Amino acid sequence: MSLETRTDEDLARDDDLDRIAVPEARADAGMSTAPAQDEGDEEIRQPQLGVVGWLRWLWRQLTSMRVALILLFLLSVAATPPTLIPQRPVSPIKVSQYFRDHPDRAKIMDKFQLFDVFSSWWFASIYILLFVSLAGCIVPRCWAHAKTLRAKPPEAPRNFARLPAYARWETSADPDAVLAAARGALKKRRFRLNPTADSIAAEKGYARESGNLLFHIALFGILVAFALGSLYSVKGGKIVVEGGSFANVLTQYDDRQFGALVDADNLEPFGFRLKSVEQTFQATGAKRGEPRSFTAHIESWYGHEGKDKSGTIRVNHPLEVGDTKVFMIATGYAPEVTVRDAKGKIAYKGPTIFLPQDGNRTSTGVIKVPDVSAGLKQLGFDAQFLPSAPMDQNGNLLVDPKRGPISVFPSLLNPRLMISGYEGDLGMDSGIPQNIYALKADKMSKFMDGADVWRRALKVGDTADLPNGAGSITFDGVKTWANFQVASEPGKGLALFSVVAAIVGLVLSLFVRRRRMWVRAVEGPDGHTVVEVGGLARTEGGGLGDEVQEFVDALREAAPANSPGTKVKE
Amino acid sequence: MGVNENLAQFSNVLMYSAIAVYLMAFFAYCMEWTFGSSGAVAKRSADLSIEVLEPAAAGAGGGVALAERPVVVLREGGHDGDDADDRGDVAGGNDRADRIGRVAVSLTALGFLLHAGSVLTRGISVERAPWGNMYEFSTSVALMVVLAFLALLWKYPVRWLGLFVTLPVLTTLGVAVTVLYTDSEQLVPALDSYWLWIHVASAIVSFGAFHIGALASILFLFRQGYERRQADPTRTKPGRFDDKLARLPSSASLDKTAYRVNAIIFPLWTFAIVCGAIWAENAWGRYWGWDPKEVWSFITWVAYAAYLHARATAGWKGTKAAAVSLVAFSCFLFNYYGVNIFVNGLHSYAGV
Ligand code: HEM
Repeated sequence: MSLETRTDEDLARDDDLDRIAVPEARADAGMSTAPAQDEGDEEIRQPQLGVVGWLRWLWRQLTSMRVALILLFLLSVAATPPTLIPQRPVSPIKVSQYFRDHPDRAKIMDKFQLFDVFSSWWFASIYILLFVSLAGCIVPRCWAHAKTLRAKPPEAPRNFARLPAYARWETSADPDAVLAAARGALKKRRFRLNPTADSIAAEKGYARESGNLLFHIALFGILVAFALGSLYSVKGGKIVVEGGSFANVLTQYDDRQFGALVDADNLEPFGFRLKSVEQTFQATGAKRGEPRSFTAHIESWYGHEGKDKSGTIRVNHPLEVGDTKVFMIATGYAPEVTVRDAKGKIAYKGPTIFLPQDGNRTSTGVIKVPDVSAGLKQLGFDAQFLPSAPMDQNGNLLVDPKRGPISVFPSLLNPRLMISGYEGDLGMDSGIPQNIYALKADKMSKFMDGADVWRRALKVGDTADLPNGAGSITFDGVKTWANFQVASEPGKGLALFSVVAAIVGLVLSLFVRRRRMWVRAVEGPDGHTVVEVGGLARTEGGGLGDEVQEFVDALREAAPANSPGTKVKE
Repeated sequence: MGVNENLAQFSNVLMYSAIAVYLMAFFAYCMEWTFGSSGAVAKRSADLSIEVLEPAAAGAGGGVALAERPVVVLREGGHDGDDADDRGDVAGGNDRADRIGRVAVSLTALGFLLHAGSVLTRGISVERAPWGNMYEFSTSVALMVVLAFLALLWKYPVRWLGLFVTLPVLTTLGVAVTVLYTDSEQLVPALDSYWLWIHVASAIVSFGAFHIGALASILFLFRQGYERRQADPTRTKPGRFDDKLARLPSSASLDKTAYRVNAIIFPLWTFAIVCGAIWAENAWGRYWGWDPKEVWSFITWVAYAAYLHARATAGWKGTKAAAVSLVAFSCFLFNYYGVNIFVNGLHSYAGV
């Protein structure tokens, strides 16, 4: 069913209005629906429709409001898959998980870019079409509206009685005096006037269409802002461990999503060092363990000279440098370990980023130790970190029967590092970039403890010797890391501006009422002046009767009625 | 900042009292419908349609007559309000039913006060706006539904809406106190921003008011069925609820009510989304990230925009418009319950 279908009632009304000499109504009606549908249909039926004809037809279709709405609808439908399917830019880890779980399906889905819907060609084509459609409809409407704005309100119809609101009475006042009073009253009500010899035509509410155009132009502005954003925005994530730092160059990002036209060699020259991360959690009550505050203490710099500035980054309070903002979006723990190989050489030392798995920050991570002394097997550890391990009265670790060891509070009340280990080939030399959070264990063998898997739970300061003299691992301490999101979005200002304009336009176009009013005062056969007032609402919304009544009341002083009003029978 | 436990407790007591009072109001509305008679409305509107043809307001001094062609422009709204068709009358001239109806409205108002008190004390107990989790959000939305109803009632005779308003209010509150309840707590840091308050406040008001729009659309569908049955001369057996449906306003008037409510609220809903985007920009560095919540807000917005377009430019009145309006409202519902509970996004509320 076509959206442009007008109900019979509407058509009947429009036709009637035409007969009452409202020549402009037709033009308007044409404007507010699509460029006439039937015309297009006729053209299809013509056998030799040239390329130009086809293009014209296509253009008409594309710029019709129906198609615009369909495109808009498609856009919103196209935006739903990410509700269900993990998206690469948002959760790359979940995507690789998905690939592991459903390899075949995932490959097909990947062909259709379902893991990155918002940069897919089909999503882009929808909004580019919408863009064109919107432009194609705004321009002619602006033009038509400009003409309307310059035109005079259409002259009074001959037969007032057919107007939706109508009043007539006789008075002994002079017709010119009545008309003068009417002119004043209409002016006061902010009507635009078109006076003729014995009547006045008046119209108001042009702001409705202006507002409507403003709204649609603003939509265009929002689309432009989105386009700018996707072409020029710099967005990327970086996890920094306390003591570490970040400089804004391409290679420093863990993951990034740069717009297609970003000049990656000339990013905003800034950086910062993470001194410490402070976090507090709810200590009591049902929400025990919920985060209450996160603060990153940093020292930042801009350009090459200049001094370092110390400051903080908190949730909702990013660091702002130049056009770029740095947000803290997550925190976690990085246990520090020292690994010695069989020859006693320190093969690994430092913090390793672990990823939190639950609200109490039970975290998992892997420690890869490729740099062992020559001739030795590489080492790897699968580890779990509990910031607050639960203990029983005897000081033994309590283990959840279902989930194994889990933390009971997110801050570092009783940190434990649970490890198991492997030796063999980490597979890091193959040249394929590896997930730093997963161990590729196919060429490694697990350390065993007799028949059981070798496991150890370490307190800070503990050292565990690996089986068969393969070396040792020491749990030195814990650092906190913070995940920063670096973002600069050109087009942000335009988006905001457009959106404000859109709301203003929307309010105007929804709430301004368009009205026409006519007044005629002529001398009747019996020497009295006959006054007629007619009103026409050009938009839906009540109150026409009240408005006309109120105007008539205002005229009564200048044109007192000397006979009861006449009711016109249909 | 701690939590004032006593006050939080008091808030819960108020909430249960409010629910009890709303329940009483609900039963009172039911009784009004049961005891009311259906004859009066039809009769009175017939009287009126004759009256309209008399020279109007002859006594008012000027002897001014406004000729009305049977076009909607003059007949809608409470102002030109003698139109019984547009008004609906549940009691239908039955005095006892009318009295019960008044009691029902008073109970609704009382329930509203208790309810408002509960929301307020909850906020004071944690020294922040009481919109930090789904329990608080739900109770506030329900409060806005009642407020929207009472505000309408102030200007228009919409007592017929009462029964249908208390129903979703009770459901929402019931779900809130049983499933969604969480103790008063401070906020997770990401929710701690004044843009959030503006955003959430306007979303709550929009959601509350959209309830009324959706109710009007549903009632429209029922009433339209009734009117079709009435107009069908081959039908002898009345529909099951026809004597009740006769007491609703005309379907045209219900359609208009739905449009009016949805149109008034649409800009506010737009504003709510925009504030959300500004907040997202402050919190995460991107104003629009196609997070599930954002996607569904957008879908809801498009659905309501389609509704307004359909009404304003395509002349889709009646059934089709009502269907679009209900689809839009379902999107809103899904965005609230579905996305918050089943979909993982950045917008997960503290303690769902
Ligand atoms: C080619 C594209 C479009 C055309 C030709 C078009 C045309 C119109 C027209 C003529 C009106 C005025 C209705 C009236 O006052 O009688 C209108 C209103 C409106 N348009 Fe569009 N539109 C287009 C695209 C869009 C899009 C993409 C949106 C996005 C949501 C949109 C949202 C609105 C809204 C919210 C209104 C206000 C409805 C009302 O006046 O009641 N339009 N449009």
